[in-house]
Amino acid sequence: MNTMNTQSNAMPEPSDSQTKDSQINESQVIAPALFTATRPFYWALRRELWENRSIYIAPLAFAALILFGFMISTIHLPDKMRAASALDPMKQHEMIEQPYDFAELLLMGTYLIVAVFYCLDALHGERRDRSILFWKSLPVSDVTTVLSKASIPLLLLPLLTWAITVATQWIMLLLSSAVLLGSGQSVATLWRNLPLFQMWMGLLYHLLFVHGFYFAPVYGWLMLVSGWARRMPFLWAGLPMLAIGFVEKIAFNTSYFASMLGSRLAGGEDAGALSAPGHAMDPLTVFSLAKFLISPGMLIGLAVFAAFLAAAIRLRRYQGPI
Amino acid sequence: MPCIEARGLRKAFGTTIALDGVNLRVEEGRILGLIGPNGAGKTTALNAILGLTPFQGELRVLGRNPWTERDLLMRDVCFIADVAVLPRWIRVSQLIDYVAGVHPRFDRAKTDGFLAKTTIRRTSKVRELSKGMVAQLHLALVMAIDARLLVLDEPTLGLDILYRKQFYDSLLNDYFDRSRTIVVTTHQVEEVQHVLTDVMFIDRGRVVFSCSMDDFESRFREVMVHPEKLAAARALKPMHERQVLGRSTLLFDGVVRSQLAALGDVRTPSIADLFVAVLGDKPGNQAGPAQGAAR
Repeated sequence: MNTMNTQSNAMPEPSDSQTKDSQINESQVIAPALFTATRPFYWALRRELWENRSIYIAPLAFAALILFGFMISTIHLPDKMRAASALDPMKQHEMIEQPYDFAELLLMGTYLIVAVFYCLDALHGERRDRSILFWKSLPVSDVTTVLSKASIPLLLLPLLTWAITVATQWIMLLLSSAVLLGSGQSVATLWRNLPLFQMWMGLLYHLLFVHGFYFAPVYGWLMLVSGWARRMPFLWAGLPMLAIGFVEKIAFNTSYFASMLGSRLAGGEDAGALSAPGHAMDPLTVFSLAKFLISPGMLIGLAVFAAFLAAAIRLRRYQGPI
Repeated sequence: MPCIEARGLRKAFGTTIALDGVNLRVEEGRILGLIGPNGAGKTTALNAILGLTPFQGELRVLGRNPWTERDLLMRDVCFIADVAVLPRWIRVSQLIDYVAGVHPRFDRAKTDGFLAKTTIRRTSKVRELSKGMVAQLHLALVMAIDARLLVLDEPTLGLDILYRKQFYDSLLNDYFDRSRTIVVTTHQVEEVQHVLTDVMFIDRGRVVFSCSMDDFESRFREVMVHPEKLAAARALKPMHERQVLGRSTLLFDGVVRSQLAALGDVRTPSIADLFVAVLGDKPGNQAGPAQGAAR
């Protein structure tokens, strides 16, 4: 007796149930496709920001530290500027720009560290704390979830890092100007040596296209491992890379894999042109940017990223809590 | 259209067979209790129904294949799988915003109304709530979703009796409207007995017993037999016999009440009594059956 037969409940008011059914069907039809596509994505993204507050707290904290350190350093700024005026233009430029470059580098490093740890936890944390059973009980598809997570290191973090860097450098400039004016010096040398607008445009491209898009296969790999590993995604992400490198070295005495990985992490050959701070947006840069964007390294990287994400989406369908 | 229809539903994990050809049919508007020992395949069956696991055989939930059409199905189906699966880092207010944001059929006012009856604060994080409060919160969210099928897998495990009772009372009074369907698994069989319209026992991946609660009450009788009438009682072919306070208690299926009244005190058994009668005597089931993991 393996069959279960429940009598259908006699509805006291059949007309009532019909109205209800037709309402349901109607709302299904009317429910705009837009709702199903963008709203869940927006909320999935907000969920990531609620869950991983380090995404914005870490760069903000570092920005605050940079500003704090810089504030202390402005004590010597009037003397430094007086000394700088005696230097040749090249040295002068270097000296003035140095703290701004340093701030940029520090925030860029923060972005990369946050991105790596975020990716490693992205599909692991929700399985570890069993909350995946809750997330899956809502009409948010695996595709939406994984894409929203992938967009954090790819788009949100570079844009956020850029905005915070811009704000930090702007405050640094205002602070220095105030100090210089207070000591009765001119701010002309300072402002002339800081082509901030060009620096910011160069930084935006660098963050978005090198650390975002060019690094995408790295983020994709980390996310895939975080969705697959039951424990220690950090080890699972790193050890296979080492193993492949060693096996290749032993078997063929070559190191193509290692150099490929290295060039990926270095941002590729073409990225160098874009990464120089203070690079002016001359036609040459635009040209090299376009070349970089359609370079095989970039396109293959994005294809690999897409493959990793597709695998991660498929994996999440099958995965439950650990 | 039945709410859930399965024919020959199978699922194996390696060599462990979790579901071994399950057939079931649940009409809309029923509250089905899925009862079984640990590892019987309850959770696997529910996971298949919810599209959380691929399966073999035929399975339709609200007319859809839950594995291939899961994204669509989840607009009409809601579930609480296990207690305490709400993310611990989230704030109550964020949780409500999120569900309201992603679910087209969520009614925020209902959640607000339900939470007003509890001591849960909006500003609290889930990690700060007690286990019972987390269950209340989850129920408050789920009850505000106008779903056609609600699946509850051990929703009250580990909660104290007050929370458990309140949970099922709320479900029955504030949520169930006779057009929705609820499927629930639990080990606290006695507590859900009055809630259910149908009951199904599942053991080792098979449905071993099923009937509606109306049938259950008319079919089964338990008699505490007078010692001198024991032979006569046994002649009526009881399905199970056990000792209660030194007296034999016999369980009968489909024997008329008047015939039994002469033998001793007659009462309607609980689901738990029947469960023991159906499953308890099977070899290997006496000492807490645990065969294979269902997950």
